[in-house]
Amino acid sequence: MLCECGKNEATIHEVVIKHGKKFEKHLCEECAAKHGIKISPQIPTGELLAKYVLSKTASPTTTVSCPTCGLTFAEFKQTELLGCPSCYRTFEDKLGPLLERTHEGGTHHVGKVPRHALERSRLAGASGTLDELLGDAEEQAQRLTALRRRLDEAVASERFELAAQLRDEIQRTGDGGAHAPHA
Amino acid sequence: MPESNGHSDPGMSYDATPEWLRGGGEAGDVVLSSRVRIARNIVGFPFMSRASETDRKQVLELCRKQILGSADGPLLFLDLHGTSQFERLLLTERQLISRQHSKGKAGCPGRGGPDVPRGVAISLPGERVSIMVNEEDHLRMQVISVGLALGKTLEQVDLIDDRLEEGLTYAFSPRFGYQTACPTNVGTGVRFGVMLHLPALRMTGQLDKVRRAAGDMSLAVRGFFGEGSEALGDFYQLSNQTTLGKSEQMLLHDLNNEILPAVIEYERGERKRLMDRRRSTIEDAVGRALGVLRNARLLTTEEAMQNLSMIRLGLVLDLIGGMDEPDINQLMLRAQPGHLQHTLGRELSQSERRVERANLMRRRVASLGFSA
Repeated sequence: MLCECGKNEATIHEVVIKHGKKFEKHLCEECAAKHGIKISPQIPTGELLAKYVLSKTASPTTTVSCPTCGLTFAEFKQTELLGCPSCYRTFEDKLGPLLERTHEGGTHHVGKVPRHALERSRLAGASGTLDELLGDAEEQAQRLTALRRRLDEAVASERFELAAQLRDEIQRTGDGGAHAPHA
Repeated sequence: MPESNGHSDPGMSYDATPEWLRGGGEAGDVVLSSRVRIARNIVGFPFMSRASETDRKQVLELCRKQILGSADGPLLFLDLHGTSQFERLLLTERQLISRQHSKGKAGCPGRGGPDVPRGVAISLPGERVSIMVNEEDHLRMQVISVGLALGKTLEQVDLIDDRLEEGLTYAFSPRFGYQTACPTNVGTGVRFGVMLHLPALRMTGQLDKVRRAAGDMSLAVRGFFGEGSEALGDFYQLSNQTTLGKSEQMLLHDLNNEILPAVIEYERGERKRLMDRRRSTIEDAVGRALGVLRNARLLTTEEAMQNLSMIRLGLVLDLIGGMDEPDINQLMLRAQPGHLQHTLGRELSQSERRVERANLMRRRVASLGFSA
């Protein structure tokens, strides 16, 4: 079908029902733009979800900015990029639900830990640095709780293979946390 | 300007075929290549979006020193802000840098540009390893292997990560893991990517099923050039979206034991069904592709890729012969705008490229024909 302009193939079809009457428009992209019809490309589900979560988690009253780099959450919402590592702590509460949805319910890191940093801190016997890497007792507990919750969910949904992996992960976390991906 | 690391001058050759396009490899009938990419940032510096020019220069120098000093083989380091747009196009087509990195816009929304201090290190020959500096994250390292080889590829990129970490302190927290500019990469920072050739699933209209199933398993299905790119010639990149709460090994296990075997068998099953029950349909599709490549006088990149895809299928199914699969893979690279101009040694307008692409295909596929 040709567009009203008679030049191009009509790719945008608009149907408006006004006072019980049907009005149809068949336009090419160029003419649609002239008529003020905006065509937005399909938005990936992930992005849609992220936007939804962001809209739910945004707080309209307070403006918190990162003490290290000065980024505000409103700026993050625009670009979907954080300004520095400290932003994760600064916006922890707001990022939490977003992370959970983006990462299939994942809330805490499981996996590789920087090997040399770990080795260096072990050699120096500096428990402070070790804690920084592996997390203090509270963080370990949080990590375990998160893993256990996912284990329950995995068992409930009969995903036994995942459940077995999570059980291993819990064992390792309980044993002191750090492990290499190829350990 | 290019800088190498003392292991005999490597020099980049755009005439060579990258190792991941050389064919063969496990499940090579369906899997073209396996890629593992890791994102890392250096402590004490803001992420790219908040980094000043000085920050970026410092990060670039720190990383350059560590990358060149820790490599165990010949490595070429290119300052991308010192290269031409054309050279960056060639690097993008070889999948050594992202399109955003080529433009200098990764991690710099609304600003950035060709002059942003940034670079890439490439292992030579073979180009299996590439390490982008100052992309969306300070470091994005990737290893690409031919065929299905995610485990081995992860081991290799993991080793590179360890070597770099020896001299660099990464931004890491116990709760969030490796901190990245975009929260979609936080945690392990690992992205697995498998390039699949799925012509039979497209022909039988089953691709949507694969897409839905992939979506259910939190996997992304992307085009030939990764994020934001269209499918070209029935090639699809399957990659994980989850990086937080699942270890590298858990992700690898899911991909290797559950998802990939299912997709590969699905494609193989459809190929077999087509051969058993609708042989003339598949022969016709391959024959038409041969006809186009042998006779067309004008070819777009998309058309060339689509027809080469059917030729690749014809070769894998032994319907046609006279060329090898690596030759076809190489032609897919040569059909890209940058490589076409490089092969001819001059700049070409879009319409000239269509003519020259058709000429190139006609010459190169002359020996192809249906098997007796």
